[in-house]
Amino acid sequence: MSEQPKFKVTIDNISIEVPAGTTILNAARMIGGEVTPPAMCYYSKLKDSGGKCRTCLVEVSKGSEKDPRPMPKLMASCRTTVMDGMEVKNITSEKVVDARKGIVEFLLLNHPLDCPVCDQAGECDLQNLSYEHGAEATRYEFKRRTFEKEDIGPYISLHMTRCIMCFRCVFTADQLTDKREHGILERGDHAQISTMLNKSLDHDFIGNVIDVCPVGALTDKTFRFKNRVWFTKPVDAHRDCPTCSGKVRLWMRGEEVFRVTARKDQWGEVEEFICNECRFHKKETKDWVIEGPSVIARSSVIAQGHYVGNVGMKSSPALIDKVIGKQPKYTLDIHKVSDVNRPEIHLSEIEGPAHSDDFNKK
Amino acid sequence: MGVKLLLEHDKVEGIRYYDTYRKHGGYRAAEKAFKMAPADIVEEVKKSGLRGRGGAGFPTGMKWSFLAKPEGVPRHLVCNADESEPGTFKDRYLMEFHPHLFIEGLLISSFALGSNATYVYIRGEYAWIPEILEQAIAEAKNNGWLGKNILGSGFDCEIYVHRGAGAYICGEETALIESLEGKRGNPRMKPPFPAIQGVWMRPTVVNNVETIAAVVPIINMGGDEYAKIGVGKSTGTKLLSVCGNLNKPGVYEIDMTISVEEFIYSDEYCGGIPKGKRLKACIPGGSSVPIIPANLLLKTAKGETRYMNYESLSDGGFVSGSMMGSGGFIVLDEDQCVVRHTMTLARFYNHESCGQCSPCREGTGWMYKILKNIEYGKGKMSDIDLLWDIQRKIEGNTICPLGDAAAWPVAAAIRHFRDEFEWHVKNPDESQRRNYGLAHYADPIHVAATA
Repeated sequence: MSEQPKFKVTIDNISIEVPAGTTILNAARMIGGEVTPPAMCYYSKLKDSGGKCRTCLVEVSKGSEKDPRPMPKLMASCRTTVMDGMEVKNITSEKVVDARKGIVEFLLLNHPLDCPVCDQAGECDLQNLSYEHGAEATRYEFKRRTFEKEDIGPYISLHMTRCIMCFRCVFTADQLTDKREHGILERGDHAQISTMLNKSLDHDFIGNVIDVCPVGALTDKTFRFKNRVWFTKPVDAHRDCPTCSGKVRLWMRGEEVFRVTARKDQWGEVEEFICNECRFHKKETKDWVIEGPSVIARSSVIAQGHYVGNVGMKSSPALIDKVIGKQPKYTLDIHKVSDVNRPEIHLSEIEGPAHSDDFNKK
Repeated sequence: MGVKLLLEHDKVEGIRYYDTYRKHGGYRAAEKAFKMAPADIVEEVKKSGLRGRGGAGFPTGMKWSFLAKPEGVPRHLVCNADESEPGTFKDRYLMEFHPHLFIEGLLISSFALGSNATYVYIRGEYAWIPEILEQAIAEAKNNGWLGKNILGSGFDCEIYVHRGAGAYICGEETALIESLEGKRGNPRMKPPFPAIQGVWMRPTVVNNVETIAAVVPIINMGGDEYAKIGVGKSTGTKLLSVCGNLNKPGVYEIDMTISVEEFIYSDEYCGGIPKGKRLKACIPGGSSVPIIPANLLLKTAKGETRYMNYESLSDGGFVSGSMMGSGGFIVLDEDQCVVRHTMTLARFYNHESCGQCSPCREGTGWMYKILKNIEYGKGKMSDIDLLWDIQRKIEGNTICPLGDAAAWPVAAAIRHFRDEFEWHVKNPDESQRRNYGLAHYADPIHVAATA
C-alpha cells in the first residue's frame, strides 16, 4: 500500500503538511498557538462530535490547488477536512473574528453567568472563550431561560441552565457505555439534556460526562462546593484499576484529595477515560501512587500560586516554557489595586478552605 | 391561457383514481420511460432544465447525476413532502388531487436513479393525505406499476409513505433523512452530501413533490420541448400557492412568462386585492424569502417589469429583489402591519429551530423577543440596529438553511420597511391603535438615467 498522501494547508499564513482526511481544526492544533480556533463542542476522542457550537468557524480563502475558489460561507473547521493547497484564515480574517464574537454572545445569551457559585469556574471553556473572544457586555435585555432542576443520580449533578448544548455528554454516553439514559428533549431554545422520567445515570464510565462538559452543566456531586479549583493542586497519580487504565489527576489540598478527574491534554481533552470507581470512591491519598505535579497546559488560573518553592510562576522560566511558550494572561494584579490579600500568604499553604482569619494573622 | 402540465386534468372528476387517470393519458410517461435506459432519462431531465421546486432551485438533472453509484449498495429516492413553509401548500394540492401523477413521477425517477425502495416523507399535519397516497399506491400496484419486475423490465420498486411528526426542520433534506431513519430530526453536517451518504449511509436523492411530478411531462414531451416553455433558466411550469389579501387565493400553475402585476391583478389568476385596497408588500416565495414592497415587486430597481420566474424575482439580489423560493406567494394589502408580520415569522422560526447550533437556537428567540417589544410599543431605536446585527450574525453561520431562513425575513423587513419600524418605536401608543398604512411603499421608484 502506498503511503498516505500529505496535504499542504496554510492557516493564517503558516503552512503545514498534514495527512489527507485531517480536519482544519486538527491541522491548526498541529501548528498550535493563536491560530487554533476555539472549540466548544468538538472533542477529538468522540466520534461525530463537533459542528454545533460554531465557535470554530474559519474562512477558507482558497479551496484547494485544483479548485482555488474560496468557500462562500464560513466553515466549521472541526468538520471540514483539508484539501491540498487550502488556505484558511482564522484570526487574520475580520469576518471570522466578527462572527466568533457573535457566537460567544449567543452562547452567553441564556447562560446564567453564575461563575461565583459554579464548580466549573477556573477550568471552564466558556469562561476562556468569552475572555478571549467575547465582548465586555451583552446586549440581551430579557429574562434568561431557566430549567427545572433534575436529579440524575448520586454522583452527577445536572445544571441544565448552564448548558450550551454541545452534545458531548450524549456522544460520551453513546460511545463509552452500552446504554444511554440521557439525551436531548424538546427543541429550539428549550432543548435540554435530560433523562426520560427521571432516570439516574449509573454506568461504570458515565462519570466521564463531567470531564467532557465544557461548562458547569455536569459537575461532580462528591466535589460540589467543596473548594474552588484554583485552590487545589493537580497531581498525576495512578492505581491498579480492574476496569480502567487508572491514570488520573488528583486535585489535592495538603494531604486531602478533593477530586479525581481524568488527565486532560493541552486542548482540555481527556487523555484516557476513567471509571466511576476511580473518580468517585478513591479519595484517599493511600489509594493512589502519586507521580508528581501535573503540567497545567493552558494559561489558566489553576496554574497560579501552586507548588511553592518548586516552580514559582514568576521565577521559573521552565514553567513558562511548559505553558506552550505563552505567558499567562492576568487580568490584573490584585495587589496593585487592593490591600485585601497579602501576597506573602500563599493560598496553597493554607489548610482547608481559605478563610478571612488566615489573612488577618499577623 | 398559460400552459398547463401538472394541473392539465385539474377539472376532470375522479382524476384521483387510477382508471380516470389512466384514461386521460396517465402512466404513458412511465411506459415510455421503461423503454429508455435510466441514464437517458437523467439526460432528458438535464436537458429540460428543470430546477428543484422545493425552494433552492437547484437543477434537478445535475443533482441526479451527482448520485454516487457504488457496486452492491442500494440507492434511494426520498421525496420531500414535508411542506411546512408558511404560505406554501402546492404539494398538498398535488398529492391530494393528483396522487397518480405524483406516483408516476416517483416511479420514473426511481427507475432513472435505480431506487428499489422509494420513500415519501410526508408532513405530520397532512394527516389525511397518506391515506390518499396509500390508496393510489395500492391501485398502481394492482395494475402492475409497482412491485416486482415492473412491465417486464426486471426493475422492482416499492413506495413507502412515511409520516413526519410535525417539525418544520424535517423539511431540510438531511434532517428529513435523520427523521426517516427514526432519529431526532437534526440536520446533519455537510459534507458528506446525501448523494454520497444519505439514508442509512446509502446514496440518496431528496426531491420535492412538484419536482418529481414535473418529471412526468418531461418524459411525455421530451426534455427539449419542456425547456421551450418558460424563459431563460426558468423552464417549464411552476405551481404557486397564493394566499393573503387576494380575491382568489389558491394553487395556480404558471409558465413563468407572465409579469407579477398580471399575476396579481388578472382575473385568470389572483383577481386583484379585495375591496379595492392597494398592494403594500409581498413575499413571493414562501415565508423564508425576503419581503419586498409593492414598488419593487412590480418593477425592478432598474425600472423593468418584474416577471414571475426565478431570475426576474431575484433581480437585484437581496438589496432590491427577492426569490422564487417554494412558490408560496403571500400578498399584504395596505392594512397589514409589516412589524407584526415579521414578528409572527420570527416566532415561527424560534419555535421551529432544532436547537442544535448556537446562532439559530439563541438568535431566533432573541429576535422574536425584540420584535415583540417593538410591536407592542416597548421598542427602542437601538433595537432596530440590534435586530440587524443579530440577523447578520445568524445568516450563513448555521449548520442548515433554517438560520438563513430566519434571518432573511427580518433583514428584508428592516431594509425596506425601516420607517415603519421607526414609527412603531416613536409612536408607541398610536401604533397600538392603528397601522402604519401604505405610506410610500407603492410610489414609483426613481430610476437614475444611465449615462
